[in-house]
Amino acid sequence: MTPVHPPSPSPSAAPPPSRREFLRRGLQASAALAATGGLGAWLWNRHPPGDFNRSASAALLPDFSARDGGRGMSIVTGQDRPAMLRRGLEAMGGLGRFIRRGDGVLLKVNAAFATPAILGATSNPELVAELARLCLAAGAAFVVVTDNPINDPESCFNLCGLAPAVRAAGAKLTVPHAADFVPGTLPGGQLIRNWPVLSGPFHGVTKLVGIAPVKSHNRAGASMTMKNWYGLLGGRRNQFHQDINGIVVELAMMVKPTFVVLDGTTSMMTNGPTGGSLADLKATNTLVVSTDPVAADALGATLLDRTWRDLPYIGRAAERGLGTADFESLHPERVAV
Amino acid sequence: MKITTARRLVQGCFFALFVWLCLVATVGTSWGQWRGWPVAWFLQLDPLVAVGTVLTTHSLHPGLVWGLVIIAVTILLGRVFCGFVCPFGALHQFVGWLARRGGLLKARMENNAYRPAQVVKYYVLIVLLAAAAGNLILNLARASREAPAIALAAAAVAVLALLWLTLRKVVTGFRHRLLASIALLAVWAGMAATLSPETTTLASLQTGLLDPIPLIYRSFNLAMLPVAFQGFERWLPAGRLYAGAGLVGVVFIAFLLLNLAIPRFFCRFVCPTGALLGVLGRGTLWSIGKTGAKCNECSLCDVDCEGACTPMGPIRISECLMCMNCLDNCPTAKPLSYLPRPSAGGEVTGHGVTRRGFVAAAAAGLAAAPLAHLGGATGSNWSADLIRPPGSAAEEEFLARCLKCDACIRVCPTNVLQPAGLEHGWEALWTPVLNDRIGTSGCQLNCIACGHACPTGAIRPLSLDEKHGAGDFEDKGPVRIGLAFVDRGRCLPWAMQRPCIVCEENCPVTPKAIFVSEVYETVRDGALKVAAADGATLRLAGPALTPGRFATGDYLCRLAGEERSRPIVANTVDHLTVDARSAWEEPPVEGAVVEVQVRLQRPVVDPARCIGCGVCEHECPVNGRRAIRITADNETRSASHSVLLKTNS
Repeated sequence: MTPVHPPSPSPSAAPPPSRREFLRRGLQASAALAATGGLGAWLWNRHPPGDFNRSASAALLPDFSARDGGRGMSIVTGQDRPAMLRRGLEAMGGLGRFIRRGDGVLLKVNAAFATPAILGATSNPELVAELARLCLAAGAAFVVVTDNPINDPESCFNLCGLAPAVRAAGAKLTVPHAADFVPGTLPGGQLIRNWPVLSGPFHGVTKLVGIAPVKSHNRAGASMTMKNWYGLLGGRRNQFHQDINGIVVELAMMVKPTFVVLDGTTSMMTNGPTGGSLADLKATNTLVVSTDPVAADALGATLLDRTWRDLPYIGRAAERGLGTADFESLHPERVAV
Repeated sequence: MKITTARRLVQGCFFALFVWLCLVATVGTSWGQWRGWPVAWFLQLDPLVAVGTVLTTHSLHPGLVWGLVIIAVTILLGRVFCGFVCPFGALHQFVGWLARRGGLLKARMENNAYRPAQVVKYYVLIVLLAAAAGNLILNLARASREAPAIALAAAAVAVLALLWLTLRKVVTGFRHRLLASIALLAVWAGMAATLSPETTTLASLQTGLLDPIPLIYRSFNLAMLPVAFQGFERWLPAGRLYAGAGLVGVVFIAFLLLNLAIPRFFCRFVCPTGALLGVLGRGTLWSIGKTGAKCNECSLCDVDCEGACTPMGPIRISECLMCMNCLDNCPTAKPLSYLPRPSAGGEVTGHGVTRRGFVAAAAAGLAAAPLAHLGGATGSNWSADLIRPPGSAAEEEFLARCLKCDACIRVCPTNVLQPAGLEHGWEALWTPVLNDRIGTSGCQLNCIACGHACPTGAIRPLSLDEKHGAGDFEDKGPVRIGLAFVDRGRCLPWAMQRPCIVCEENCPVTPKAIFVSEVYETVRDGALKVAAADGATLRLAGPALTPGRFATGDYLCRLAGEERSRPIVANTVDHLTVDARSAWEEPPVEGAVVEVQVRLQRPVVDPARCIGCGVCEHECPVNGRRAIRITADNETRSASHSVLLKTNS
């Protein structure tokens, strides 16, 4: 493998005229020098050390809200979630009011914990599947279901029953990967600054629906539709608990859904937001469809035997003009199944 | 003057300069201290430092341009760096010469014959560079996906250049080259198409383990100079500790002793920098060679050949260290010379790397970084005890830049910087880490020496304003290297009713990051019955007190049922005296109960102010495991390590 250039035929002979050889070597050396110099100049301090924020902040989520002056809220009482959903949407003017042919729909569920659906810690799979089917029937090009859960993501989606239900309904489930999170800064935000946001699944999405259960929550007071947007945050998001009301308000600023579905068919009264026992749940027999998440949460508070004044983020969100805490002002249509 | 004499003089000068640059790398204003000396100059000269960091960071750190100068010199003149400049090489040559002084010609000739094992250093180089190149390959493949046309052209050029430069003696024949090119391009396209865009890190800069310049810097900084200084404490900075430095010294001495077996053992078999220069310099314009004039074939030129490159036979250009001993030994001086043309005696330009060997070494190197990262040390399993000096890059980039030369450790005035052992993963071996128990006082608030000693920007040179978050840096706040945590189970005022707050006293930031929470607690057996009272003095019914115990100024007494606590100024076995200004208007009656209380100031850390300097940990009187300790939580260099809300902007 090691080539050997043979010695000159006669060592005693005079050295051969070497001008050509010298020129060849000189050219080779010059090329090497030029390459070294060129590369050096090109690479010179390209990335200075400590250049931490090399990736620029990307734009956050678009505004998905429906501003058509239609009814803002419907309240359905009953126990059959799919039927309640259909009735509630009908009272809002039908799903066709929100979903048009060709729309890409993202359903932001609460899949935070790897517990069975019956314990009510996650969005109800039958309800989510029904909404997915209705969206597809309304002409949606695709329906994608996602969340960034707290427990192991695959286990969460499978154990809470969302994965099989969603797939059976013909929707796509996106379990987030590291690349789905893009750092973003909320204009006017104090907390969501250069923070990873779950934006990957939003590719091609034109309509956003949030579906959340009603749960007590020791730190936030209650976890409902606005707190549910927490699942769009990545990174070490648990530090936001140092200002829980602040982050829920900023989430409400960041996420403008087409509408939300608040599922209070059963409500988690104690031991939230994880629950773990049927004894934590109470049949409150209520499902809310609303274009105003603030109003939906204000109503949800009553299911937990509280008022919106007990949950500071609702008042602060209303002050910021993100919705109204006075849900009656939306003249909700009340129907029963 | 003979050329070898000149060479020895130059080597001596460079070696002395090297030792001097190590010696003066201490903070101070005396003539023997760091007053603008380019203390890391030899590291900057080292072309492997430039090549290695370019592979890992895709950027040439400014001072490392010196490495390109050496590359240029090597392309033109051969490995003069090895023969004239390298201080480690000079040391090897000296030890080898000592060991063989007056030896038989035959033995010396056998010692200096070429050995096939000299190829090992090229494999060392390939492994180290492949380990460093993972990210470059990944990023280029990703770029190919984003701009396919440009990138495909670039990839084709790169593949061809790679083949031409490194494989031209390995991949022979047109068909082979075509096949190899097609295979590489196919792999490339496959990678570009399938790689996920996540920013995984597949690179690791480990050249510093065997690169001679970082190795000799490290050995002098951590082992040789400190050992040599033991007896000269009056004159030189001795008494400093270096955790685990014994191993550094043993490796260094072992490499020196190997010269007793084979001269220039390290240079011939191990040195990756020499291998790099051997590859770069094999087409060197000027080289040692036969002129074609009559040669007696006496073989004297082979006798003292440092590089074992056989100047007598076909000379191995890549192995020639430019020691010039052959020219000196040649009895007639005509047939052998330093020429701008190939040797008339023939040349061996290959270095013996086989195709299989190349592939195996490259694969091993490429696999090394992902294997090292399996432990997650730069991800979620990061070590909170790995406190890096102020100005350090985020850990991945830090490891992509750090040479383990330990110039920062040498220059650190407090000795708080220590070489890491294996506890933070083998990638971090011998990189700088703070140990607040060692040294004179944690990381000093007004010191920025380490970043200015670092040749590669692993530690950025900060200004004092930037470190303090003052002036132009006010909106960014100070550079935090960690956060102090009070161990309430070990802290004297928290756990043991003993006043202390040395930590609060020594906290150097302003306002202090440690404040106190003041409480008054009744001491053990502190409920005492009054026998009689007289103004400010109480006679007690028992139990007996230790005289003076409550007279320290930290104790007060409070009459049961009263709100007010009165400072105790003296006590005997059975008397308590309170401050005259707080004497009772109505003396307590016999049988009344007074409680002796201690005033405790318990330290609390304000995480928004703490910079993690470790002065508190250093000063804590709980000497074994300190009652206040720093971890790297909340360090500025990593957004994902932040603890507090609103610090991530």
